[in-house]
Amino acid sequence: MIKGGINLLKDIFSKKKKYATIPNEESKQEVPEGLMLKCPECKKIYYRKELDKNLKVCPNCHHHYRMTARERIDSLFDANSFEEWDANLISENPLGFPGYLDKLEKDRKKSGINEAVVTGKGTINGFPAAIGVMDAHFRMGSMGSVVGEKIARAIEKAREQKLPFIIFTASGGARMQEGVLSLMQMTKTSMAIERFHQAGGLLITVMTHPTTGGVSASFASLGDYNLAEPGALIGFAGRRIIEQTIREKLPDDFQTAEFLLKHGQLDKVVHRHDMKELLTDLLDIHQPGGGQ
Amino acid sequence: MKHVLPFEKPVVELKEKIAELKKFTSDSEIDLTDEITRLESRLEKLEAEVYGNMQPWDRVQMARHPERPTTLDYIHELFDLFIECHGDRYYGDDEAIVGGVAKYKGIPVTVIGHQRGKDTKENIRRNFGMPHPEGYRKALRLMKQAEKFGRPVICFIDTKGAYPGKAAEERGQSEAIARNLKEMAGLTVPVVCIVIGEGGSGGALALGVGDRIHMLENSTYSVISPEGAAALLWKDSNLAQKAAETMKITSYDLKELGIIDEVIPEVKGGAHRDVQAQATYIDDVLMETLKTLRSLTVEELLEQRWEKYKKIGAYTTLEG
Repeated sequence: MIKGGINLLKDIFSKKKKYATIPNEESKQEVPEGLMLKCPECKKIYYRKELDKNLKVCPNCHHHYRMTARERIDSLFDANSFEEWDANLISENPLGFPGYLDKLEKDRKKSGINEAVVTGKGTINGFPAAIGVMDAHFRMGSMGSVVGEKIARAIEKAREQKLPFIIFTASGGARMQEGVLSLMQMTKTSMAIERFHQAGGLLITVMTHPTTGGVSASFASLGDYNLAEPGALIGFAGRRIIEQTIREKLPDDFQTAEFLLKHGQLDKVVHRHDMKELLTDLLDIHQPGGGQ
Repeated sequence: MKHVLPFEKPVVELKEKIAELKKFTSDSEIDLTDEITRLESRLEKLEAEVYGNMQPWDRVQMARHPERPTTLDYIHELFDLFIECHGDRYYGDDEAIVGGVAKYKGIPVTVIGHQRGKDTKENIRRNFGMPHPEGYRKALRLMKQAEKFGRPVICFIDTKGAYPGKAAEERGQSEAIARNLKEMAGLTVPVVCIVIGEGGSGGALALGVGDRIHMLENSTYSVISPEGAAALLWKDSNLAQKAAETMKITSYDLKELGIIDEVIPEVKGGAHRDVQAQATYIDDVLMETLKTLRSLTVEELLEQRWEKYKKIGAYTTLEG
């Protein structure tokens, strides 16, 4: 009792803060509004426009910033060639999760897209391809019913139209608010890939920052070619959970694209500036129709 | 009964009281038969009340019960013959997953399942039923073998999840799970999955792509543990009980959501009270399921499997 009282008094008089504010992933990765910005990696300051022109890669240290799905599509597809599929598909609230629909609405407004993946088809240096691009600006790119459905539908369309399929992943994993329904999207997408595979379809996956949990453990890992952007965080379980489980500190490069490459999980780590050329070459090698 | 769950305490206490009175009656001259009869009828009512009104959190406790029967317990009860096969042929043998060939009512089958331990020593050996990539790769190897010889595959699901460890990540935990999902989708033999305890996320799913998914009444299947969900969504793992309700993880919830096919009833008070009786409940469903699936052609089987998973999801179209 007395001891507790003293501690309480100490707490009142101590000015020491008990909690430190740690910048979250979002604030670290987001390109801040304004004319100038500072690279979170090398701390160099440059013009925002300079960064945009450089495909959101730091001109100094080559840190890859997050891209929106639209930016990604624009960086790869020939002008005016992209046709979007299922743009108006939106999530319901199957578990009646408090506040979920509001969060979706807010992200729709903020990101300008209706869900965490954009799908469609177009041409890359003249080669036709279907694509799914995830966008971590929408609910951390988490996979719920709509993400699973859009990807599965797009892969089915690619199979029917004999198109190669490219997936850019960026996801924190399954969407908690849709519970086991989001878990089952792992199955649905993997199943669509198996059907695509049986038909001889070419699948290229490109893992971008971050690709974790249920997305990493389903379609992201199932490409004929598994590629990744430099420095991307890729893994099944979160670093903190692993550290708590095994009670040891993990190496700094743990679960980076380079770490995965070293451990045989990737074909190649590809700089964003080389992405279009590499994809073009892979599409070329698999002509006609990406093997189908 | 070594482990009593909080919600069933009144039942166990009353049972002990009855046993005490019975012993007293037989040891002494005093006849308490009337009291005993009275208490026994009260017990019956109490049991119906307690076990007939289980909340999601009670079922979570039951699914995690230390004495809950494991995959090997059911294998022992259900199959005439079981030859366990080891190893993934790439790295090692993960004892968190067991698998092999068996005979079910004269039919050759392949059986695979997560394997927990029931005490600390066995749990360490089995890594608490949390597999590494080599476990999933062993499972896949056995499934492919089943496919080659035209045997149905039966999977028992019982894991908190795939092991979150350094070595597991290095050896491709994600790839191992993803590969199983894809390959199971295309297996040309019937696949029956039965959740017998905890169905923890991707680690459960990697044995869970089947033509039928059944769940024991007091088992759970979820994208994340209730503790994990509470920590993630409300930053407070003490709200696990609330999360167990919100996340819809019980067998009845999953049946309602259209994800599983059948809820297999449990022995009153939970499967651990009578593993033999529990096995007969599983047997009834398994027999019917295999009979139906074995009558299908490969084309029908694959088409129905795809249709089954294709329709899972809740979405609508944005107007305007």
